[in-house]
Amino acid sequence: MQIYLFDGTTEGLFTAVFEWFERKPGKIRLQTREKHQPDAFYDVMFIHNDHQKANRVWKGLEQRLSKEWTRRLYCCCLAENEETWIALFEFCCSLFTTDTAIQYNYGDPNVLLLSQTAKKVEREKHRMEAFIRFQETADGIYYCGIDPDFNVIPLLQRHFQNRYADQQWIIYDLKRKYGIFYNKQDVQEIQLDLKLELKSLTLPATQQSVQESLYALLWQDYFKSTNIPARKNTALHIRHVPKRYWKYLTEKQ
Amino acid sequence: MSDRIREKLNILADAAKYDVSCSSSGGTRKNTNKGLGDSHSSGICHTYTEDGRCVSLLKILLTNHCIFDCAYCVSRKSNDIQRAAFTVEEVVSLTMNFYRRNYIEGLFLSSGIFKNADFTMERLLRVVKKLRLEERFNGYIHLKTIPGASEELIREAGLYADRMSINLEMPTETGLKLLAPEKNHQEVITPLDYVQKQIVQFREDRKLIRSVPKFVPAGQSTQMVIGATPETDQEIMQTAHRFYQDFSLKRVYYSGYIPISHDQRLPVIGTQPPLIRENRLYQTDWLMRFYGFHVNEILNDTNPHLDIDIDPKLSWALRNMQYFPIDINTAAYKMILRVPGIGVGSAKKIVQARQFGRLRIDQLKKIGVAYNRARHFIQCADSPVQLRDYQGFQIKAFILAESQSKYLKHDLNQIKLF
Repeated sequence: MQIYLFDGTTEGLFTAVFEWFERKPGKIRLQTREKHQPDAFYDVMFIHNDHQKANRVWKGLEQRLSKEWTRRLYCCCLAENEETWIALFEFCCSLFTTDTAIQYNYGDPNVLLLSQTAKKVEREKHRMEAFIRFQETADGIYYCGIDPDFNVIPLLQRHFQNRYADQQWIIYDLKRKYGIFYNKQDVQEIQLDLKLELKSLTLPATQQSVQESLYALLWQDYFKSTNIPARKNTALHIRHVPKRYWKYLTEKQ
Repeated sequence: MSDRIREKLNILADAAKYDVSCSSSGGTRKNTNKGLGDSHSSGICHTYTEDGRCVSLLKILLTNHCIFDCAYCVSRKSNDIQRAAFTVEEVVSLTMNFYRRNYIEGLFLSSGIFKNADFTMERLLRVVKKLRLEERFNGYIHLKTIPGASEELIREAGLYADRMSINLEMPTETGLKLLAPEKNHQEVITPLDYVQKQIVQFREDRKLIRSVPKFVPAGQSTQMVIGATPETDQEIMQTAHRFYQDFSLKRVYYSGYIPISHDQRLPVIGTQPPLIRENRLYQTDWLMRFYGFHVNEILNDTNPHLDIDIDPKLSWALRNMQYFPIDINTAAYKMILRVPGIGVGSAKKIVQARQFGRLRIDQLKKIGVAYNRARHFIQCADSPVQLRDYQGFQIKAFILAESQSKYLKHDLNQIKLF
């Protein structure tokens, strides 16, 4: 069996699909370069990213799949994990080799994995939309640092751009070290040279605007007053707001 | 200054919390004027309180001064509590600043009745107009319709609000008369009906002329208090069913009564709110809206109350064992939906997946079916042969034995020796 080594990007994956179709080597194993351990028994092929080849594969997918399913595949790419890459690869290969609409075969492990992974990514995206708490900096930019499980920033952009059209904001992924900045015109990808104190999700008090602490306080008050102690249900509370997200939430500080 | 606003927020948020509606879904307002805010069609819950309820809107009263004396309400005239009132500017600046920080999806504005209905409605209208017209706010606004307010005011408010609601309070007229002699159901029905007719009217007009503005695009909702008066579940759900039908409501909310008064007519303070009952009513509501059940199938004269220990779908299935077991690989979608342990998502997946071959147990489990529950009601490709038919009560015992109800602290199904 051959091993296809790719760089763990969407472009790399689709190039791999293209190369497989050029050679039709039968069953192969897909691996990311990061995880690869060289050994003597397998024949390794390096996949060199090729924008045109990848694009042709994506176009082919768009022709064969509904919008809903192409979105799912896109989400799976953002999940960035080995298992999903393999399922994506196998799914693409079998989609192009048959005439049937295999994407509806939820009995197939790859289809099920992809639809479930896509759901996880969408859930993470939705959580970010809900749990991001902007803090106003002294120079009037609304900032929030995040560290999501999946690379969801590309999915978040449009939502926040539409919503906060009249204010400048930054959403920064501290884990993947990039973010997006909106300057009231368009969104730009940025990389900040973060100093040590900025590595937490929230801004240090010295960099906040004057009003910031008042509104944070009012929000904490509101959160307390709107609770009904007689109905206390901690299990439900934690199910909706898992503890790992508490660090985002102003009302939980 | 900041202390006073904190105090007001505490009082008026506390008074508004018994209104359970907090959904921000169904809004279609788009940010077309480079302003602030844009609707998210499914709504977003920005946080959850410690009692597990979603917080998506800034839910406040404009004031908790009230001329009415309804026994079930904290803001009743005779109750000795702190009173406060927001100014229009205060509500607007709170909403804008919370929204800018992504704390909320929008504003839920209600109010006690001061002076009279029109005076109150006019104040509410001023807040929403200022938000929409001066601040160019496109977030979600849920506005209370004040019973008895004039039609002109309600109509104008409907042009700026996304959802309007008006609470039924008690499921039956007799219950309402008992606790709030000054009120009646007709006062609620008239504005509900008026707004509904306007929604239909505006929608028809929009089909002809594109520039006709939207009117209450997220529809109307209402709320009933459960457990303050002695209605049966059947009466409650029949009322809900009627309101869904007659006024195309988006939601009916059921709010378990939390004792707040020493009034003789009400449960005493310290009584646990009827949380399980409330949960069962919501489950029934869902069965009616998404699972194709008619209210009479679940609640009728022989079964006027919902079971506390099992959910209404299971309880219906156990009473109607003649329909089961069904074959997952051939049965109609409608019937698959009625199997306990299979939800809408799994039912859809099953119907699509079975075109590719007969489904097995392990596949069903992976798809997301609660198999331990569903297995008594279905057959699939590799179901084990079952030699005897179990009765409904036996199946119930099996299911209860292996499930851990979050409500039952101690096991009700003790073995009876004699």
